[in-house]
Amino acid sequence: MRSRSFILETVSRLVLFVILIFSLYLLLRGHNAPGGGFIAGLMTSATFVLQFLAFGPTNQRNILPINFRLLIPVGLLTSFTTGFVPLLLGKPFLTSAFGHATLPILGEIEWATAVLFDLGVYFVVVGVTMSIISAIGEE
Amino acid sequence: MMQSNWIILPVLFPLFGAILNFFMPKRVKAQKLVAATALTATLLYSIYLLSYTRTGAIAVFSASDWPAPFGIVFACDLLSAIMLVASGIVALAVLFYSFWSIGQGREQHNYYAFYLLMLMGVNGSFLTGDIFNLYVFFEILLISSYILMALGGEKEQLRESFKYMVINIIASALFLVGVALLYAVTGTLNMADIAVKVQAASDQGLLTVIAMIFMIVFGIKAAIFPLYFWLPQSYPTTPPAVNAAFGGLLAKVGVYVLFRIFTLIFINDIGYTHSILIFIGGVTMLLGVLGTVGQMDMRRILSFHIISQIGYMILGLGIFTPLALAGGIYFIVHNIIVKTALFLTAGVTDQLTGTTDLHKLGGLLKAYPALGLTFFLAGVSLAGAPPLSGFFGKFVLIVAGLEAQHYLVIAVAIGTSLLTLFSMMKIFRYAFWGQPREYQPQKYGRFLAPAAILVVLSLAMGIGAEWMLDVVSAAATQLLRPELYITAVLGA
Repeated sequence: MRSRSFILETVSRLVLFVILIFSLYLLLRGHNAPGGGFIAGLMTSATFVLQFLAFGPTNQRNILPINFRLLIPVGLLTSFTTGFVPLLLGKPFLTSAFGHATLPILGEIEWATAVLFDLGVYFVVVGVTMSIISAIGEE
Repeated sequence: MMQSNWIILPVLFPLFGAILNFFMPKRVKAQKLVAATALTATLLYSIYLLSYTRTGAIAVFSASDWPAPFGIVFACDLLSAIMLVASGIVALAVLFYSFWSIGQGREQHNYYAFYLLMLMGVNGSFLTGDIFNLYVFFEILLISSYILMALGGEKEQLRESFKYMVINIIASALFLVGVALLYAVTGTLNMADIAVKVQAASDQGLLTVIAMIFMIVFGIKAAIFPLYFWLPQSYPTTPPAVNAAFGGLLAKVGVYVLFRIFTLIFINDIGYTHSILIFIGGVTMLLGVLGTVGQMDMRRILSFHIISQIGYMILGLGIFTPLALAGGIYFIVHNIIVKTALFLTAGVTDQLTGTTDLHKLGGLLKAYPALGLTFFLAGVSLAGAPPLSGFFGKFVLIVAGLEAQHYLVIAVAIGTSLLTLFSMMKIFRYAFWGQPREYQPQKYGRFLAPAAILVVLSLAMGIGAEWMLDVVSAAATQLLRPELYITAVLGA
């Protein structure tokens, strides 16, 4: 049996959302500032690993019933499609479109299809990292 | 400047196929269908590219619309198109052979997906016009090849894949060092732009050093003297289908890159670098074939022949006349096809008899006549008998060598041919002649079909040699005028 650590459990509950939100922030700004899908994916995986360590593999699967292996092709497909659609529209592969939009509350923001590509990378990184860690960790 | 956004398709088809395959690891039939469709599409599009570049046009594409030299550029000239078609043919043949031979276990662990990813890396290396992107595609093909090699996890297989990985990681690290140095000297990663800046660079000595680093890197990957030691160890431990893809295709990607960079970038000191290439070519072919003498296993013998044959290609590059380069390119295509056919027949032999050890074989010709005939034709084609494709490749190279007065190395090349014939006959004598051992009569037509088709292609390449030579000569002329490539990529 695994011994439970009260301190680790409490802390990981507290920091979970902080890290997740920060990783989303990195993901969304990645296409024109430091950040991006890769680093955001690693950071998200780090929070999951922390949960994994604090609560054990079974509990984690109950909280987060995601098949991480499936995330890999999903991410690849997302990135692939983002690259491929411009090709169908007569632009070179991977061309990114961007523009400005006004949203309620947030005001004017810049959108770019590069975010979708980053999202794909994000999925792949989370999928790969979590698959590897759970494959090694559950033994 | 010809912009064609679609030339990336030979990279995208296998990638898309691989992604679909990752979604359904347990549905083997659907996987096979996806893989076959993806590779057929790739082949058809490559043939279209060949017919397009045949006119002398170079198709260029800049990823995400960033103009060269700032963005990543893909360029397809005649050499790229020829390589794409050859690799497309072989990839399909090996894929079909995998259907019959690779087994459920590997199929359910993403064998086809990684096979497709490997071909994505191969095709990307042929197409890219950016030296760092070349590194990336090489890593894609290498990482997929590590997986294909280790998949299955038999003891010997794991031991050899570990060595293969370590060797290739060292080579890749050196590759990065070379790229970094080149970037330090020229300030660019675009191959056409590098070619321009290299000619204008003040420190030509340093550039020769960088050229040698690249020669070592791709020397390891293409298995040339003295860096070939890893190849005959690691290839025979893989499953026959993987072995055929590696032996037929992977080593030649390294040769292709040597052809590309030593005709485009490193032509500032031909007297030095290309003499080394000639020397290496001669020694590689001789030592490769001598390595077969003590071997008594079909697949090991064939693995040593890969090395020996690569010597001829390097020789063609080293002599550096239009005729020699044409011979070299012809030889690469011939070798991709024939070598794969030979490994496939070895694989079929293994399937039918359970071994490729020559001591344990005998009389296969009587028991399995079609297998014997296929092997015989592929074997003499490798050795260089007319009217098969091997003859014309060697013939052109030898004529080119004599014209350029490299008599010694041509003597070595002719001697190597004889030794190649000798060692093919050794396999033939032990495995195919003599009294048949007790073999079960089996139906093996579909196992043999991919190899047989490749042998027919080799015959067609021999009979249609005039047309083939026309194409490869055009490719060689294009290579010897790097300004064509440079203006195509950078604009006038």
